[in-house]
Amino acid sequence: MNVMINGAAREVAEGMTVAQAVRSLTESATGVAVAVNDEVVTRSAWETTALRDSDRVEVLTAVQGG
Amino acid sequence: MDDLVIAGEKFGSRLIMGTGGAPSLEVLDQALEASGTELTTVAMRRLDPHARGSVLDVLRRRGIKVLPNTAGCFTAGDAVLTARLAREALGTNWVKLEVIADERTLLPDPIETFDAAERLVADGFVVLPYIGDDPALARRLEQAGCAAVMPLGSPIGSGLGIRNPHSIELIVEAAGVPVVLDAGIGTASDAALAMELGCDAVLLATAVTRAQRPGLMASAMRSAVQAGRAARLAGRIPRRRYAEASSPMSP
Repeated sequence: MNVMINGAAREVAEGMTVAQAVRSLTESATGVAVAVNDEVVTRSAWETTALRDSDRVEVLTAVQGG
Repeated sequence: MDDLVIAGEKFGSRLIMGTGGAPSLEVLDQALEASGTELTTVAMRRLDPHARGSVLDVLRRRGIKVLPNTAGCFTAGDAVLTARLAREALGTNWVKLEVIADERTLLPDPIETFDAAERLVADGFVVLPYIGDDPALARRLEQAGCAAVMPLGSPIGSGLGIRNPHSIELIVEAAGVPVVLDAGIGTASDAALAMELGCDAVLLATAVTRAQRPGLMASAMRSAVQAGRAARLAGRIPRRRYAEASSPMSP
């Protein structure tokens, strides 16, 4: 299936979880938050939340700003 | 100096720092130390797998409370989502609400800001909105439950100082929550003026991070905020049209 992760189109295995999507970007998930289709997925639900085709996944962290 | 209190939380420093614009995390770290700040903003962005080091590590090492902002948001919906992501990522329900109207001026959009503020307050956030120097909007945001109001001195990063001191004074006079002068500070005298006008704190970034010597400017800002606060508490003399002799006039 195809999903968007941080704006990049990715072909991934069926049933990929949010946790796996995060791990595809970073080893350390401290200070990281995830939204799928503009809804926050809390950290405790990462392992159990499966992505679906065409999902838009945003993985954010804090950077210098303001 | 007397403590700054926002939403029941005490801060020994009245200088709130931003972290944008620093050439490196090392320079930022030195500037934050010199500033004496206890509360500092960060932005939320897509995770860059190649990024080295984190601004969060710098803040954690210094024991500085992190204040996530919603910079880059143009709508209330974007800002609410960004605030919720920041709460999830950073474990804080504090947010500097920033909804801008356009990229050229980066001026805050009052309609979207107010909409987002109401939604975030209802969702349990401690909301510190960045606004224009508008006394009416400041009052409405306080009534909506914001923990502080943060009027601009002039546009973000402009270094133009406080363009309308009268409006800032009007906001201060009416406010029952802390007033934080945010944006436009160029140099130490601007920060001192903000405090003399009665602001409770100053938030600045560019004036320090893009100064030729950021650490030295951070130190100057720290002193300016302290001096301005002291002058405000001391009570300045009234302005007079003509001289008033400070030495006895009779021989």
